[in-house]
Amino acid sequence: MVPLMSPGAATNGYALRTRTSELLRIATAGSVDDGKSTLIGRLLHDSKAILEDQLEHVTQTSERRGDGYLNLALLTDGLRAEREQGITIDVAYRYFQSPRRKFIIADTPGHEQYTRNMVTGASTAELSIVLVDARKGVSEQTRRHAFIVSLLRIPHLVVCVNKMDLVGYDETVFYRILDEMTDWAARLQIPDITFIPISALHGDNVVGRSWAMPWYGGAPLLYHLEHVVIAPDRNLADVRFPVQWVIRPMSDAHHDYRGYAGQVAGGVLRPGSDVVVLPSGQQTQVASIDSFDGELDAAFPTMSVALRFADELDISRGDMIVEAEDQPECTRQLEAIVCWMSEQPLRARSRYTIKHTTRTARAVVEELEHRVDVNTLEHKPAEQLALNEIGRVRLRCSSPLMVDPYARNRTTGSFILIDEATNDTVAGGMVLSTR
Amino acid sequence: MNPFTYELSHLETLEAESIHIFREVAAELERPVLLFSGGKDSLVLLRLAEKAFRPGRFPFPIMHVDTGHNFAEVIEFRDRIISELGERLIVASVQVSIDDGRVAEEQGPRASRNRLQTTTLLDAIERHGFDAAFGGARRDEERARAKERVFSFRDDFGQWDPKRQRPELWSLFNGAIRKGEHVRVFPISNWTELDVWQYIDTERLEVPSIYYAHNRRVFERDGMLYAHSPHVELARDEEVFETSVRYRTVGDMTCTGAVRSTASTLPEVVAEIAATRITERGETRADDRVSDAAMEDRKREGYF
Repeated sequence: MVPLMSPGAATNGYALRTRTSELLRIATAGSVDDGKSTLIGRLLHDSKAILEDQLEHVTQTSERRGDGYLNLALLTDGLRAEREQGITIDVAYRYFQSPRRKFIIADTPGHEQYTRNMVTGASTAELSIVLVDARKGVSEQTRRHAFIVSLLRIPHLVVCVNKMDLVGYDETVFYRILDEMTDWAARLQIPDITFIPISALHGDNVVGRSWAMPWYGGAPLLYHLEHVVIAPDRNLADVRFPVQWVIRPMSDAHHDYRGYAGQVAGGVLRPGSDVVVLPSGQQTQVASIDSFDGELDAAFPTMSVALRFADELDISRGDMIVEAEDQPECTRQLEAIVCWMSEQPLRARSRYTIKHTTRTARAVVEELEHRVDVNTLEHKPAEQLALNEIGRVRLRCSSPLMVDPYARNRTTGSFILIDEATNDTVAGGMVLSTR
Repeated sequence: MNPFTYELSHLETLEAESIHIFREVAAELERPVLLFSGGKDSLVLLRLAEKAFRPGRFPFPIMHVDTGHNFAEVIEFRDRIISELGERLIVASVQVSIDDGRVAEEQGPRASRNRLQTTTLLDAIERHGFDAAFGGARRDEERARAKERVFSFRDDFGQWDPKRQRPELWSLFNGAIRKGEHVRVFPISNWTELDVWQYIDTERLEVPSIYYAHNRRVFERDGMLYAHSPHVELARDEEVFETSVRYRTVGDMTCTGAVRSTASTLPEVVAEIAATRITERGETRADDRVSDAAMEDRKREGYF
C-alpha cells in the first residue's frame, strides 16, 4: 500500500496508519463534585479531542449559566433535560486517541439511582476509572463503583485519588486511601488495581508527570491507559462461536455456498479444527474461515467471520460451535446475578424473554434468592428487586442455553431479560453457575 | 490483525462490531432498509454490509431520501455505486412530498428542505413497512447523538424519546417492537470522523468528488461558504465568488457549508481532518446552528 503520510506532516503527532493501535474501552462513574468531568475534560482537551468550536460553545454556555468556571460537564451532557437540570442522566460516549491507542469512554452518572447506567457502561469496558476525593477519602459511592467493576468483571481498575492539591500533595493522605481501598477490594474480584494521585484541575499526573509529588514513582494516568496490557484478558482457551446468520447466496456463482456467520466469543478457530455443534452435538470440521477479504488462517475474539464446515449439517441461528473436549453447559437452569433496570419490580414467578448470545428463549424466575446491598455487599432477603437493585436469581428457560460462568467468558456468560408486554430491556444478567 | 498475538487493530475491532450489528438486525427484524445519503459514512455502511453478507445479497434494500437539492455529483455517484453493487435502490423524494401537499416548502433566503426530509422519510418507512432503518450517524458528531443507542427505538409516530431509551448491555441488542414501530440502527456509532477516513483509505473506497478540493462558485453566510445554486436565494449583501473548497459532510446544498481547502487527494484530506481544530458539523452544518438542542429536537421528530 501507498504510505499515507510523509513524516513530519501535520497530524497532531498521530500516526495515520494506525493498523497496530488497539482500542481500549473505559468506563468512568462519578458525580460532578468529585471532579470526574474535569478529569475527562482534561484528557479530551490535552489529547486534542475537544475542538475549538466545542470549547467555545462550552465557554459561552458556562458564562451564560453563571457557572463561574469552564463547565466541562456541558461537553458530555448532551440532552436538553441534562443541560437544564445540570445533571448527567445517561451514559455518554466520548472518543479520544493518543499515538498508541484509541479510547472509548463510557461516562456514567455516579449516584445510586443510576446504578443501571453504570452497569450498562461497565458491561463492555476493559478498564474502569474510579475517582476518590482526597479530602473525603473512600466514600460509599467509591465502594459501590468498585463493587460494580468487580461484578461486571472489568479486569483493570484505576483509582484516581483526586484533588491532591487541596491536601498539600500529602503522601500520607494518598497511602491512607490506598490502604482503605485495598482492604475493600480484597472482598472483590478485581485482578489489577492501580492507584494514581492526581489533580484533574491542575493536570498533575493526568497527561504529564507531577513535579508536586516526587514521592509518587508510578506513571501518569494517560501513560497508564496507553500501556496497560489488555490482550491477555480475552479468552483464547475455550472455542465459542454463536451462529448469528446463515449466508446462502443461492446465486449461480455460489450455488452451494453455505457460510455460518458470527462473531467469535472465545478461543481460536482454524481451518481443520474439529468442532461440535450445540445443542445438537453433531461433529464436523471447519473447512474454511471466510471473510469479504478472502479466506483466513485463524479466527479469534472479537472477529466477525463466516465458517464453512466439512459436512452438510442442519445449523441455524442460536446454535453454538465449540470444541468437543471443552464445552459450555447446555442447560435450561441458570443461577445468575441480575441488575434490575425497570420501574416495574422483578418478582419470583415472573416470565420474561431471555436473550443470550444469538439465542432467544423464555425464562421464568423460579426464585429470587437474595438482594445484594451495593454499599455493604450484604445479602438481604428480598420479595422483589426494584429499579437499580442487584440480586441473585434462579431462572428456568424454555429451551437450553449454552452458557459459561460470566467470570470465564463475558459474552457467553451474560444475558438480558426483556419484558414481553412492554418490549423494554428490564435486566442485565451474569451467569454464576448452572444447575 | 496480528495472527501471532491474536490482537486486532482499533479499526478491525470497530469493523467486527459493526458487522455483528448488521447481522443482528438482518436476523431479528423482518424488513430492514439501509438509509444512504451518498456521504462518506453511508459509503462505509455499504462496505460493512458487503463484509457482513457477501457472497450473498444484502437482505434489505437501500433507500435515499432525495431532497431535490442534493449535489448533482452525489446523485450521479449514488446511481453508479449502487448499480455496481447490484443492490436495490429506493428513492424517497421530498419534491413528491411537497407536490402531494404532505409538507410545505420554506420560503426566503434561509429556506431549506432539511426539516422536510423527516416527513418524507417517515412516510416511506410506513409505506414500505420497514421495521428497521440503518443510518450512518456517529456518536462523536453531536451531543445528542453521543447519548443515542445503537438500536434506537422509534414509536409509531417515528419519535425518539431520549428519556426512555432501552439499556444496551454487552453486544446484546433488543430489537423487539410492535407493528408500526421501528428501530433506527447505527452500526458505526463508535467510529470517529478520523476512523471513517482511515477506513476509506484502508478499504480504498471511492467517495463523491465534492469531498476533494475543487473550484466552486460560493457565497459567505454566517461565516460559512455555501454553493451558489438555483436552490438558494441570496440576501442583498451576499456576493458570489469562486474559490477552492471541499466538503466535510454531504447534505443538502442549502444547509451544507464548504471549507476552503486545496486537499485534492485522500492522504491530503486525511491530513487535513487530523489537523483540524473544528468539528465537522460545527464547521459545515447550518442545521445544527439553530439552537443548543437543534439535533435533539429534530431527532425527537423522527429525523435521521
